[in-house]
Amino acid sequence: MPVYIGKRLLVAIPTLLIISIFVFSLQKLLPGDPILAMAGEERDPATIEFLREKYRLNDPMPIQYINWLGGVVTGDFGISLRTNQPVLELIGQKLPVTIQLAVMAMFFAMIIGIPIGILAAVKKNTWIDYTANIIALSGLSIPNFWLGIMLILLVSVQLGWLPASGYESIFVDPVRSIETMIMPAFVLGNALAATLMRHTRSAMVAVLSSDYIRTARAKGLSPWEVVMSHSFRNALLPVITLLALLFGELLAGAVLTEQIFTIPGFGKMTVDAVFTRDYAVVQGIVLCTAVGFILMNLLADIAYVLLNPRLRATI
Amino acid sequence: MTALNSTIPVPVKRQESRAWKKMKRNKSALVGLVVVLFFTILAAAAPILPIPDPVATSWGAIRKAPSAAHWLGTDDLGRDILSRMIWGAQASLMAGVISVLIAVVIGVPFGLISGYFGGWVDMVISRVTEALLAMPFLIMAIALAAFLGPSLTNAMIAIGLSAMPIFVRLTRGQVLAVKTEDYVEGARSIGLNHVDIMTRYILPNVFAPIIVQATLTVATAIIAEASLSFLGLGQQAPAPSWGSMLNTAKNFLSQAPWMTLWPGIAIFLVVIGFNLLGDGLRDALDPREN
Repeated sequence: MPVYIGKRLLVAIPTLLIISIFVFSLQKLLPGDPILAMAGEERDPATIEFLREKYRLNDPMPIQYINWLGGVVTGDFGISLRTNQPVLELIGQKLPVTIQLAVMAMFFAMIIGIPIGILAAVKKNTWIDYTANIIALSGLSIPNFWLGIMLILLVSVQLGWLPASGYESIFVDPVRSIETMIMPAFVLGNALAATLMRHTRSAMVAVLSSDYIRTARAKGLSPWEVVMSHSFRNALLPVITLLALLFGELLAGAVLTEQIFTIPGFGKMTVDAVFTRDYAVVQGIVLCTAVGFILMNLLADIAYVLLNPRLRATI
Repeated sequence: MTALNSTIPVPVKRQESRAWKKMKRNKSALVGLVVVLFFTILAAAAPILPIPDPVATSWGAIRKAPSAAHWLGTDDLGRDILSRMIWGAQASLMAGVISVLIAVVIGVPFGLISGYFGGWVDMVISRVTEALLAMPFLIMAIALAAFLGPSLTNAMIAIGLSAMPIFVRLTRGQVLAVKTEDYVEGARSIGLNHVDIMTRYILPNVFAPIIVQATLTVATAIIAEASLSFLGLGQQAPAPSWGSMLNTAKNFLSQAPWMTLWPGIAIFLVVIGFNLLGDGLRDALDPREN
């Protein structure tokens, strides 16, 4: 197993290098010269030259890239223009908020998606299956941010049940924290629930038509036992991989969800950084999400092997 | 040379008609097609429809609820929402289709080359594709749009580039599956060059899944455009798009809820239309179910 993990980490290195080149070239897309903006009105040639030297912009592009990469590898992602904080520290501060949101969203996605998926598979080609499909398709087609706005209108403005915005740390006031997060987590979990439902259904359909399920039925197990202990455990494997793949979608969805519900997390930071032209932060965000995505995939592969005894022997 | 080519059968035409027959039996796919056509015609007819100017403000009709004069009501500057919805359909559909075209036009050739030649070319293209796929679609689109500068055109470019790696990977996989087929061998044996083999023998036979993916990606792209415009990174005021309309509408949520209602419903309908159509095409074009 350690050898397998080591191999997988080695394979990830070229991918990460390519991502870093992409992220580095992002700043070169910027229209205009940032130095001219920094030099102010007079545009004194000496000041401009000084700034170019200071930020090493006189170096050839590959040297600039290597300098930048050297910083990134040692955890120096630059300084936020807006808050003057190191980018990595800023991301570290905001991430726990989004992780709470993501975990709650995942919870909603699972309690909605998995049972409906199982039900649709068991009742394949009946009206239950078709209804489940329509629900899933609607979940995928509703723009998340619009669903969020409509929920605020209905639940907060009309009914006054839940707060429309705000955030409280779960360690300070757990009840208030959960209260403010329920709607955003539901909104974020909704699209994932649809994907999860579809995959659970197809995985279950495949398992339910296999020979050992026929045997389990033939030896007189109750339908519940057949579905839960014989089928679902095997259908779970592809679903777990999917959860890791959905990690990226969760983070991307958090951008708009946090914006709507004004939650001070990773997503809101992304939008704020974009609008204050805090480009070092935007670069840091893209890089961190990509690294996170690669790590999640690795974890999913490991979980896949651990949960599947047939694969364990091969590694 | 031409005479020789015609002796090698390329089984594409027949499959299309069979696919169309299957499509016609699939009710939900037809519903999707009708919804998509409805919005397309509406968007195309915007200049000739008897509707008010979508950017004409009227201080006497600010935030009026739906009425006979303004079927869907008016917005915060007294502009007719129905008119803005129809013109907005143009922006949203165009953004969806053009960004997917960008993704297909760049992604498919790379996928073809990667799958057809294999070796180090394939290695390089595959690694780059994997790297691009590791960045979440929307975050990449937001970052690209931010660095390119906010405009509808840049939003389309950003969405197109972010969706591109999906098509590289899909095309590559399909090419690997057909490149060992007899008709490709045949084409090679009569001495056709690589470009001819790729474009005339391989491409037509890998196109079905690309069409399906493109249809489904239009749905994603429309939501992405709405998201970017909602954040202010897409369509710029005063020109309407459904996303930018929602951006303004959220400030008047309790005073004028209809401003939020219509654009959201429209996005939902178009997106579900493309999703139904895509799912239907997938079933119709899937040879395994024949």
